[in-house]
Amino acid sequence: MTAPAIARGAAGRAVDTTRPRRRRTSLRRRLTIAAFIAPSVLGLVIFFAYPLLASIYYSFTNFNLVSAPQWIGLRNYTYLFTEDPLIVTATLNTLWFVAILVPVRIVTAMGVAGLLARAKRASGFWRTLFYLPALVPPVASVVAFVFLFNPGTGPVNQVLAFFGIKGPLWFNDPAWSKPSLLLLGVWVMGDLMIIFLASLLDVPADQYEAASLDGANGLQKLRYVTYPNLIPVLVFAVITGVIAALQYFTEAAVASSVASGQATVGGSAAQVIGYPSDSLLTYTQWLYERGFANFQLGYASAMAVVLFVVAGLFLVLLLGRVKAFTPEGAR
Amino acid sequence: MTAETMTTTLPADRRARDRGRRPKAMLLWIAEHTVLCVLAVLFLFPVVFVLLTSLMSSSQTLTPSLWPNPFDWGNYVRAFTQAPLALWFGNSLLYAVLATVFMLVSSVPAAYALAKLRFRGSNVLFVAIIVAMLLPPQVTAVPIYVMWSQLGLTGTLWPLILPNLLGDAFSIFLMRQFFLTIPTEYADAARIDGNGEFGVLTRVIVPMAKPGIAAAAIFMFFNSWNDYFGPLLYTSENSAAWPVAYGLASFRSVHGTDWGITMAMTLIVTIPVVVVFFFAQRVFVEGITLTGVKG
Repeated sequence: MTAPAIARGAAGRAVDTTRPRRRRTSLRRRLTIAAFIAPSVLGLVIFFAYPLLASIYYSFTNFNLVSAPQWIGLRNYTYLFTEDPLIVTATLNTLWFVAILVPVRIVTAMGVAGLLARAKRASGFWRTLFYLPALVPPVASVVAFVFLFNPGTGPVNQVLAFFGIKGPLWFNDPAWSKPSLLLLGVWVMGDLMIIFLASLLDVPADQYEAASLDGANGLQKLRYVTYPNLIPVLVFAVITGVIAALQYFTEAAVASSVASGQATVGGSAAQVIGYPSDSLLTYTQWLYERGFANFQLGYASAMAVVLFVVAGLFLVLLLGRVKAFTPEGAR
Repeated sequence: MTAETMTTTLPADRRARDRGRRPKAMLLWIAEHTVLCVLAVLFLFPVVFVLLTSLMSSSQTLTPSLWPNPFDWGNYVRAFTQAPLALWFGNSLLYAVLATVFMLVSSVPAAYALAKLRFRGSNVLFVAIIVAMLLPPQVTAVPIYVMWSQLGLTGTLWPLILPNLLGDAFSIFLMRQFFLTIPTEYADAARIDGNGEFGVLTRVIVPMAKPGIAAAAIFMFFNSWNDYFGPLLYTSENSAAWPVAYGLASFRSVHGTDWGITMAMTLIVTIPVVVVFFFAQRVFVEGITLTGVKG
């Protein structure tokens, strides 16, 4: 009884038959589709749209989680832009990671990928070797780096001393703490490297052959064949890298608390955050500190809204390029 | 697969022949591999010294010596006795496994709908998912924290696990990209055989898209295992709910001088990730390259 009906239904869909039947199947289809996407739509509303709007509302209030939010107009924003004693430090630290960490990571990842793309022998071995650090959980890698770069007894300064170099204080010196995290960021560049490598290996070989026939040298091939093929990946890497750097938190927070040898962030530890001398205090850590350690949730929301606007600008850039990294766009 | 290997091996053979003819190419090859070897040593340096330190007595870690003398395997035992490492490990497993299972239940159908079914608002939904995926979590942290605190669930891992029942933006994005590569003809054939969309999804798409689904699951597992900001936000007040990554950072901060145990813990935290990676290497790397770049 059901089999022929379904067969007709399927055929009907294919050749677009009479209206009533089409409506019936499309209603069923619609219900199925609704069931498929309902959890995610609900999730986007509850964990994305609502909190975004609520953040904007809270940012105009004085709110400490215990009593109801109190409307105070633009005071959080005027405080943020004119009075907050650490906002400039926190912003500049974050911008340091955006401006230095992102390009250095990309250049390193691309360099290593370039070498690996040419190494035909034992390519699996090389790939695994350079990818492995990316697997280490961030907290573990930070703890390990703080130990390795321990100024007195750490292996790095021991090895440097062997070569007659007096190593710096690394995570304990405000001038060296960010470069120390930069080294960590380079060490874990494997995820980026894999993306670049895949993209390099996918450049059609006939494009290089055509360039060779036209008499292009190695550098010209790099400029006119390799580079254009890499652009979508590069755009993706830059924009996701910048957004990740804007929310730089875990590495800096853990490095501060571990290097200072004191209690963790989040406890009673305002003195630890940003150690040494606020050099590792990033924007998101300051937001966390104001909101969740001092319970100035209204002010933290104002900081969140500013972060949203800045990250949003980069998102617009990305969405403009969204075709570049969807399969339809790639072809 | 075979076509790919052919195109990549052909130029390689040619280059090998050229190498024999031209000493300049040979020099370049030597230079490249010298750089690779130097880089490899630099990249391995941290792992080697973390391993060596984990085998030192706690007094020896405070001296400049680099080689364990004697080799002390006790740090791996002490890691479990001096900190509730087993409890933290259990918390991490609970978090990572449940988050992954919940994500699969909610996000596989959504990814399928976005990849293979046409419906009004699908573009809006897709864009919203990309935005949600890329937005810093700190932007929405305050209202979400207020929500969980009103439900009385702060101090537990549930605020980090439960949201996955309502989909995970990054996983949906990743799986959608993979589902797109499956030819629509298979789904159409299953429909003609009398399957509804649910049947098409479970009988055709899921079996064919196993690598893509596995990649999303592994990503979810890794992200939960590695998460620091989430547990800091919700569980910092209750050490019985700490996952192991968060506990590790706290342990080192409190037990200032125990570098040997700390390094042993660092390796213990890393082991599950490396084990999962070893079993799923191909799928995982495929997943990474698929993430953003191309189909």
